[in-house]
Amino acid sequence: MPQPKHVTPSNGDPLLLIGTMKGAFIARGDGRRRSWEVGGPYFPGHAVYAMALDGREGRRRIWAGPNSMHWGGMLHSTDDFGRTWTNPVVGNVKFPQDAGAVLKQIWQIAPGRAHEPETLYCGVEPAALFVSRDAGETWSIVEGLWNHPHRPKWQPGGGGLCLHTIILDPERPATIRIAISTGGMYVTEDGGANWRASNSGVRAQFLPDKYPEFGQCVHKVVQAKGRPSRMFLQNHWGLYRTDDRGETWTDIANGVPSDFGFPIGIHPSNADTAWIVPLESDEFRCTPEGKLRVYRTRDAGASWEPLTKGLPQDAAFETVLRDGLAVDAMSPAGVFFGTRSGKLFGSADEGDSWSLVADGLPPIISVKTAVA
Amino acid sequence: MAVLFIIPGALRALTGGRDEVTIDGAAGSLSHALSQLWTAYPALRDRVMTEAGDIRPHINVFVDGANARDIGGLAAPVGADAEVVLLPAVSGGCCGRPSAWARGSLPFRSHRRHASRRRRGPC
Repeated sequence: MPQPKHVTPSNGDPLLLIGTMKGAFIARGDGRRRSWEVGGPYFPGHAVYAMALDGREGRRRIWAGPNSMHWGGMLHSTDDFGRTWTNPVVGNVKFPQDAGAVLKQIWQIAPGRAHEPETLYCGVEPAALFVSRDAGETWSIVEGLWNHPHRPKWQPGGGGLCLHTIILDPERPATIRIAISTGGMYVTEDGGANWRASNSGVRAQFLPDKYPEFGQCVHKVVQAKGRPSRMFLQNHWGLYRTDDRGETWTDIANGVPSDFGFPIGIHPSNADTAWIVPLESDEFRCTPEGKLRVYRTRDAGASWEPLTKGLPQDAAFETVLRDGLAVDAMSPAGVFFGTRSGKLFGSADEGDSWSLVADGLPPIISVKTAVA
Repeated sequence: MAVLFIIPGALRALTGGRDEVTIDGAAGSLSHALSQLWTAYPALRDRVMTEAGDIRPHINVFVDGANARDIGGLAAPVGADAEVVLLPAVSGGCCGRPSAWARGSLPFRSHRRHASRRRRGPC
């Protein structure tokens, strides 16, 4: 097995948490986000779909959810940027024995709000939400969602029946939104006891009823931190915006080469700015015309502009997955994305120009930004 | 008499580095034998078994050379001096070359000697 290389971040250094099909990597950037050193691989041979940094209460704890096809998966954490990881004796995220389900993949890790520093959430496949109230020591399934009457009708998408998005409303402490492929978006307003579908206006191209209550294949949803009524949604065919916290969704695929794609990122302070990476179609999940283009809107989806400076525009048939793009909280905002061919690109100027952060990594599944 | 368990390389960090473990009183069914192994080395259980109580699909457990799935699964009989081998299947993205034993080209009687020489598992 490869011996991992380690990075030694200082307080305030920008970080990238990179999950790949063959392990996890941690990249440390300089203050300008131009130069990066990459540590890893951690959990070599394991698929790492989910990583997160928990910086609450003075922690600098990185979580990862590596999964082995042989030995299964569980959550591990490090407080020293990968030098040592916890290795739980028993699986910490697992279904109750009477649930009739077996954990296949950990898809998302979300630290709770600042006022609940011991709370974390975790989205998994098959689609379920888990919560920890003791800083990740023990986990339990959110019964209200698991017992939802819609659940037997949810269907697996190409990546499996996964709960891949967890959004904690910044103004409403009891409101959580999740998204499932293929089930759609759901919201609870009572902390998880009751859930309702929130897909009005979102198309289900693959169903006879194109606008069902649920069953959409939502690929990723992001919410504006300073204006939480505003969200953007990248669908399996379809690009949407809501200005009423998801009660209704409006098609905003104006001038993009395709409205099929996986990731979507939103600006940390400008709710009108978002980034996507369109793919040609569900049958050919590669960048259209062999051009790797990120598209950016600065007017909430009324128009989109291609961003190509520094990105390959010839025979670049790349794929960026749903968690493969992330936006940091710095100013100007940094945008980073990884491809299934193992290339990691970054922009420190909101997408105006791009450079290669790393190449030759295993297929990249997820990219998260953080600050050490 | 004790049941001999052969531990794959990927799990030896959970058995204090041991590649072989012998446990008294483990004879009976495979379910019973494994439960005794979990008692001695609790971190092994959730790596080998799902939370539903089944052997993980890409793990093979051999009892005296026979794949447990062919001889009754967890109900398979385990003799008082049996050899129980835990192995990752060739399927599932194994990162190394499968061992001669895993490929089935080495008879199980040779395995005890083979395993004791082989300090690194296939993964």
